[in-house]
Amino acid sequence: MKRILVALLAGTLFGAGLAWSGMADPQRVQGFLDLLGDWDPTLAFVMAGALIPMAIAWPIQKRLEKPFADAHFQLPGTTKLDAKLASGAILFGIGWGIAGLCPGPAVTGLAIAPASAALFVIAMLAGMVLERMSTR
Amino acid sequence: MRVALLLAQPMEGFTGGLMIGLAAAIMLLGLGRIAGVSGLAARATGIADSGAPRPVALAFVLGLPIGGLLVGLLTGGVIVRYPTSIMTLLVAGLLVGFGTRLGSGCTSGHGVCGLSRLSPRSIVATILFMASGFATVAIMRLGGLL
Repeated sequence: MKRILVALLAGTLFGAGLAWSGMADPQRVQGFLDLLGDWDPTLAFVMAGALIPMAIAWPIQKRLEKPFADAHFQLPGTTKLDAKLASGAILFGIGWGIAGLCPGPAVTGLAIAPASAALFVIAMLAGMVLERMSTR
Repeated sequence: MRVALLLAQPMEGFTGGLMIGLAAAIMLLGLGRIAGVSGLAARATGIADSGAPRPVALAFVLGLPIGGLLVGLLTGGVIVRYPTSIMTLLVAGLLVGFGTRLGSGCTSGHGVCGLSRLSPRSIVATILFMASGFATVAIMRLGGLL
């Protein structure tokens, strides 16, 4: 129960941050990627803000034996740079550019622009299913 | 390139970014996990069968729209301008879903959590999806699609 409340709090704060920062607005995100148009630098400020708490959190994590509300740290340990990582990132970038949407803002958008966000999220989940079927 | 300073929201961007980073820090230090939305969404829906416990993933994913709703109530409405074409939303969604799973993360997991950890995989992924995003929008701009 405690874990679920912590996750709910984190998710809510994350979604609030996306909405407050303007990142729930696909056109603003696309504006950052639009170097040949009217470039909107907002996303760079969001990234800078987001990296600060995490830059503080990682050194704290190294000193902890376990997280505050769970038994173990479960962090990615792979360091392999492979074609899957590269091709996945490139495909994701194409989709991100086309609509100005990535997973966080899209799910957050379900409460702000439900119809459009739901179309994107359903297609996104379908893409995830396809990836799973194609790589097993 | 023209920098649209009048359109930019540097203060809201920075403070909103701090909230996002704090949320990711709560996931890391509280639950010992990466706040990666693509991975948690796949886990919450059962598309991925490893990762965070499903109730934890579901709680985080449900929190996102709740957070959006709260900001909307506090500010009197969040401005969002979505693509009007259904086709655009569907094609982009498919690519984002497929790509983030294949590449093991998106803007939150690789971008926020991985970059701050100086993870080589996340640095490479972030450079590639950024470059690919810039190139895609440039092609759309040159092709008259924007």
